[in-house]
Amino acid sequence: MTLNLTDQQRRIVAYSIPVLAVFAALLFGAIMLLLLGANPIEGYSEMFIGAFGSGDALIATILRATPLLFVGTGIVIAFRANVINIGAEGQMVLGGLFTVMAALYLPSMPSLIMIPLVLLAGVIGGGLWGFIPGWLKAYLKVNEILSTIMLNIVAVQLMSYLLRGPLIDPQEIERGTRIPQSARLPESSDLPMLFGSDRLHIGWLLAVLCAVATYYLLWRTPFGFRLRAVGLNEHAARYAGIPVRRTITMALTLSGALAGLAGAVLVAGSESHRMFSDGSTLGFTGGAGFNGIVAALLGGLHPLWTIASSLLFGGLIVGGQALQRAVQVPSALIVALNGLVVVFVVAADRYRTMLLTTDGRDQQIIDEGSMHGGEDATALGSVYDPAPKGTHSYDNEDL
Amino acid sequence: MGEVFTAAVLVAVVASAIRLAVPLLLASLGETFGQRSGVLNLGVDGIMLLGAFAGYYAVLKTGNVWLGLLAGAIVGLFLGLASSFIAVTLKAEQGISGIGVYLFGLGMSDLLFQKLVGTPIPINTFPKVDIPILSDIPYLGPMFFQHSTVVYLAFAAIPVSTFIINRTTFGMNIRAVGEYPEAADTLGVSVAGTRWAAETIGGTLAGIAGGVLAISLGIFQQNLTNGAGFIAIALVYFGAFTPLGIMWGALLFGAINALVLELKTLEIIPRDLSNLAAMAPAIITILALAVVARRIRAPAALTKPFTRGH
Repeated sequence: MTLNLTDQQRRIVAYSIPVLAVFAALLFGAIMLLLLGANPIEGYSEMFIGAFGSGDALIATILRATPLLFVGTGIVIAFRANVINIGAEGQMVLGGLFTVMAALYLPSMPSLIMIPLVLLAGVIGGGLWGFIPGWLKAYLKVNEILSTIMLNIVAVQLMSYLLRGPLIDPQEIERGTRIPQSARLPESSDLPMLFGSDRLHIGWLLAVLCAVATYYLLWRTPFGFRLRAVGLNEHAARYAGIPVRRTITMALTLSGALAGLAGAVLVAGSESHRMFSDGSTLGFTGGAGFNGIVAALLGGLHPLWTIASSLLFGGLIVGGQALQRAVQVPSALIVALNGLVVVFVVAADRYRTMLLTTDGRDQQIIDEGSMHGGEDATALGSVYDPAPKGTHSYDNEDL
Repeated sequence: MGEVFTAAVLVAVVASAIRLAVPLLLASLGETFGQRSGVLNLGVDGIMLLGAFAGYYAVLKTGNVWLGLLAGAIVGLFLGLASSFIAVTLKAEQGISGIGVYLFGLGMSDLLFQKLVGTPIPINTFPKVDIPILSDIPYLGPMFFQHSTVVYLAFAAIPVSTFIINRTTFGMNIRAVGEYPEAADTLGVSVAGTRWAAETIGGTLAGIAGGVLAISLGIFQQNLTNGAGFIAIALVYFGAFTPLGIMWGALLFGAINALVLELKTLEIIPRDLSNLAAMAPAIITILALAVVARRIRAPAALTKPFTRGH
């Protein structure tokens, strides 16, 4: 596909493509609403008001966007290393479970120590659930798409087992109701609130910090350089002495750790301050493990743009719930619509990439970093250039 | 443990292993066609769920289990066409777009069930067909020859698939576009057309697999498959992309599920631990992949979209 556009025109068209994809998915949703006997115009205006129409709506949107940004940032790291992490759902669950265990079993401490510790527990849980598929991919060539999906299934069952058994709220047993949920976590682990709000906690701030730190990590450190080199061309990277296996393992571990942090924040920042299970990951994560991927793609696999796209996507979800309540259709509609948005955004992503590569050539999204395509190409070129000192690791692990 | 391994229990477990293997087998065979042509369809579970609902609903309304299977197949066909459009024509990243199809199927099947049915009503299941003479053999008869027609047909599909993939022009085209699409294209084989066809076969079989699942159980509920579609995708890998290998994998998983069910009914696995037992298929899949992954070579062009002139 060749279009005679200036670079700037091409960029504008390119950035509007994913947004158009979201609209296309919503159009599809409008047909579904009509078939369900609801008024789509009324539905979608409720959706917009529900997401952005008031202070409360905005807070709800930010709270929804928080796990999306953590996960999306992690996805950026994995995808930049050409590793497809479909396991963020499970990594979030593990993060949540580790946080619950840390909060319940650690001796009582002041918040200032307790909060970092429970969040760290979440990072470790998610990191572990990312390390396993990362190591399996790097050293045993196990396809990471399959292993991460399987680990999602394992995580769900582990969550149900722990929250029905060892971690169940003792009061649930006393009352005989046996709802699978943990006890209320100690108050010292409650996330502090921002601006004196009673709902908006520091989670969003943390997520933004993580996104900025990830930007710095990927584009300003030797490790980030190696990671992107591996993602662009594994063979060239290996030839240049980059420890490919270790880098792949690390990329998935970091990706999992950020998803784990999302799970930790979901638990410690929840209004009930406990974790409960409805027998699926979606009940705990709200689908953030999958939607984080979409947020990352919408953000052009760039951590800073992912801040904006996660807000947009968080709004979409909050608005979707408002729509569902307003026109009274089952909430399963949101899951179905969510799937359509994923399909449309992913399908459209290639066209954006094509517009952003200077010659308009068709390339795989993962092979060609969308927004930083040009920059990456030069970065890879410099793998062979001895100039950037310190970016080489003469580790013979993979040679 | 003595009373567990009685002959009667063994017969029951083997028979139920074969029954439980069928949906996995069908979905996995379908996925093989797609993957051999270079298309990874991660949406199988979603297609199975919609096929399952379609099958359930058709049987509920007509009472005819074969119309139920047909409904599952038609839904699968359309979703196969949609998946082909997304993966082959739009060239979406297959590892992610399939998750979208899965979520769509998960939500849509639940939505349709709530809107059109509401409370679960049991439906007719497949009638059992005893094969004359063979079904009278002690032990072996009840294990292998007292199943429904669908079970026999599913196992018959294995040699048929092997034949199509290895011995027909269509099968050779599938393998060619999955290994080296550039060469196939040069020889005048339509890469896109072959992939569309293979992927659509895959979708149709996934829809049928869902229908079989719902009609065998006689019920539909939210997330009925419980991840079976994803296991089916993994089976393609450690069946080494061959129908026969997939059959053994499907039987292994059927056996695991049957054993877990049996141990639960005999109360050898306490109810508290049933969640841990439910992890078994996923964990075994990961371990099996870890063992075989280095030895099995996937089609070279798997997940790589084709554009002429590259």
